Amino acid sequence: MTIKYVKNAVGRMIPTEINGKPVIPFQGPHGYKTTGWKYGPPIRTCGDYPDDGDKRVADLKTALAKAGLKDGMTISTHHHFRNGDLVANQVFQAAAELGVKDLVWFPSASFPCHEPLIEYLEDGTIHHIEGSMNGPLGRFASQGKMRGAGVLRSHGGRYQAVQDGEVVIDIAVIAAPAADPFGNANGLTGPSACGLLGFALADSQYAHNVIVVTDHIVPFPCIPWQVQGNNVDYVVEMDQIGIPERIVSGTTRITKSPDRLYIAELTAKFCEAAGIIRDGFSFQAGAGGTALAIGNYFGEIMRERSIKARFARGGSNQYLVELLDQGLVEHILDGQTFDLEGVRSMRENPHHVDTSPFTSYNYHGKGNFASMLDVVILGATEVDLNFNANVVTHSDGYLLHGIGGWQNCLFGKNVILPIPLFRDRIPVIRDEVTTICGPGELIDVIVTERGIAINPRRTDLIEGTKDANLPVKTIHELKQEAERICGVPQPAQFTDKVIAAIKWVDGTVIDVVRQVKE
Amino acid sequence: MATAGNKGANIRSDCFVTLELTDRGGLEISLDSKVGALYGDSINTLAEEILAHFGVEHARLLIEDRGALEFVLAARIEAAIKACVETDKEYLPDLIPKSQVQNTKDRYRRSRLYLPGNSPKLMLNAGIHQPDGIILDLEDSVAPGKKDEARLLVRNALRRVDFYGAERMVRINQLPMGLDDLEFVVPHHVNLILLPKCESAEQVQQVDARIAEIAARHHIEQPIYLMPIIESALGVVNAYPIASASETVVALAIGLEDYTADLGAQRTESGHESFYARGAVVNAARAAGIQAIDSVFSNVSDMEALRAVVKESRSLGFDGMGCIHPRQIKVVHEAFAPTENEIEKAKGIVQAFDQATSQGLGVVAIGSKMIDPPVVKRAQRTIDLAIRSGLLSKNWQDTPEG
Repeated sequence: MTIKYVKNAVGRMIPTEINGKPVIPFQGPHGYKTTGWKYGPPIRTCGDYPDDGDKRVADLKTALAKAGLKDGMTISTHHHFRNGDLVANQVFQAAAELGVKDLVWFPSASFPCHEPLIEYLEDGTIHHIEGSMNGPLGRFASQGKMRGAGVLRSHGGRYQAVQDGEVVIDIAVIAAPAADPFGNANGLTGPSACGLLGFALADSQYAHNVIVVTDHIVPFPCIPWQVQGNNVDYVVEMDQIGIPERIVSGTTRITKSPDRLYIAELTAKFCEAAGIIRDGFSFQAGAGGTALAIGNYFGEIMRERSIKARFARGGSNQYLVELLDQGLVEHILDGQTFDLEGVRSMRENPHHVDTSPFTSYNYHGKGNFASMLDVVILGATEVDLNFNANVVTHSDGYLLHGIGGWQNCLFGKNVILPIPLFRDRIPVIRDEVTTICGPGELIDVIVTERGIAINPRRTDLIEGTKDANLPVKTIHELKQEAERICGVPQPAQFTDKVIAAIKWVDGTVIDVVRQVKE
Repeated sequence: MATAGNKGANIRSDCFVTLELTDRGGLEISLDSKVGALYGDSINTLAEEILAHFGVEHARLLIEDRGALEFVLAARIEAAIKACVETDKEYLPDLIPKSQVQNTKDRYRRSRLYLPGNSPKLMLNAGIHQPDGIILDLEDSVAPGKKDEARLLVRNALRRVDFYGAERMVRINQLPMGLDDLEFVVPHHVNLILLPKCESAEQVQQVDARIAEIAARHHIEQPIYLMPIIESALGVVNAYPIASASETVVALAIGLEDYTADLGAQRTESGHESFYARGAVVNAARAAGIQAIDSVFSNVSDMEALRAVVKESRSLGFDGMGCIHPRQIKVVHEAFAPTENEIEKAKGIVQAFDQATSQGLGVVAIGSKMIDPPVVKRAQRTIDLAIRSGLLSKNWQDTPEG
């Protein structure tokens, strides 16, 4: 069978079919209009559930068997425990023991702790992964070893896909730090407390079968119920569902690198000069070391000018909580929580608002919070001369990161990417990025240690910062500077095999990733 | 067999090369590079070119690369070759035009950032932190066995790295070894040489003479200045003769780590043990009409303590201080910035001078007080520094508020 390709709106050649399903090519950030109705899960009756509300079963394997696990099903998990997750691996171990094949794993993200799943990808228990593939799993996929093509979606795109019925979840396994026997669950207490369970929301609403797994069972009612027991089929108790110190991973610390601090400071200065930091503004606070430092600089500026932010969207973390406690931020809209201080504050401070990919990111909704943000700070592995950016592959072609909320946040009013001009000789600004994850028309400013490039479309920002004594350059100048220092890289080598599709927030395909020629 | 460079889990922007000359079989280059997919071909080409340049025809070369830039790769390969082959040749990367910085004797030397001479990673971004000067160090930060390869790396860095306008300084080794270091730096756009553990005027003259000789041979016309570092009791005693030993000496620095060791005293936070020495160095520098530069502050995480130290340093009369971490630069600059009072006074003097000039008057006066030309010059410097420090607008004369 010959594969057919079409060119999408960012000029990438996209196969018309991936994993046997037809593909809709990307048509511009707002180009694709969909019609129809949301997906609905099957109707259930109370008569089939215990009157005493106790849905506990013996173990995960029993629950999966009762849920009717069989070949080819789609199984979802979520990533609130990040690199400390102990549940996803057990799900597929149980599936393998039950002799089930060709499953699709649909996580909200994967982490290096999921490396053991390679065994199940190799033995055919798992057919392919639809979700971010960080580290080892991405490398495995990039080597062309996965049976099907991976499908990467943003957090909002994942919700959209579930809501629209593009992905039908047969069984959702929701690891919950606290739950009652009825299935009400939250992430606030228990040894694996992680804050909230927003990424499991779509799964709990739309999956045909929902299994809640916990190591901290409380008597009914478990409140607040972030996951509602009325959506839950089975509850499983386990000794341990996560490794607390890895749930709160070390990446959520302010960078100590003087170069990155310099970029952070320059970013904050730019925002101030551009008039973005004003009383009542809002910002997205990322979890990377540089983004955290920028939040801190925002705090300094607000303190100095006696102004405050109306809200910050983010993973709560100690630094953001500090701003909240000092009254410099009025509300934190939490998508996930990055450290124990964040979890504590969520429990105790009513100015936290639980959000989910539905409220913050879903593109097929009646608006979302991301587009209301005054400024979002994001990362990228590469940016091209048209400001198109890559966040999933490295310049050598390997798929090593997920999209996360990155695409969804591009709809913020000012999108700034603070990035070093080169990393270990690899220039960030390229003629063409390896994988386009976000269209340049949504990316406004690149801040590097060697200068700031403003997207020519943003004449307002160019005009607004021209007297600010900031090192503003064109993106061409920055590229030249990087190449003068590093040399011009040779193109990475790929085979024709498509190993993953990159979805846009509306379900269209913006790019594909090919197998690396090793 | 010879090796050069660094390797290890934390090494980045560097490489480790192993060279073995063979009798036959041509060149066998193996590359293990983190950036092989993007630069593999160009690294191989470069290695072949350098081996050919030195006439090496049969050899096994292993390059373990962690993202080294070309000038680093070249320095490492050249170092390995020179450990195996007797040669006068050099493999010189192209000089970038930006590596030529026009220099003056009295430019600001508030901060100078030390960069270990055998660690390329720290060199690359040093300039973005805007120190007044950067120091490529061949002395204490380079292990004795690594001196040869560090000389080549420093030479190549001087030719290739844009330090974004910072004064380009090199700290050579103690004499006599330091005299041989000069061959690797003088022809390559260096602005200033730091002479460590200086104890006599004669040492300064020795360095001066060697620089003049190399500069003449390479037709270098730019001035190359000297900053002797006083690091011993004898050095303190001879501070004035050292400071006035040559026209090229533009600053006198003090190094307190070695000085206190020489005294047999403990270095304390209050610094009373070095109070005499610091005063003596400032005094000698002023007597010779040059700048006085303080030592470094070694606790890189305590910015408040640094601020206090710099303030004291300034009050003693120093013009600048060494930095061992980029984050120290900003604090040092802030502490050496002029005070509000000084700025106001300087503004008055500069305005009076401008008015007098526009009226064609030869004499500048504020009220009935006459202002001498050196005072005007000093005021202009204060204004300049205030603008650089962000305390005064560039167009301060256009707005009544300043």
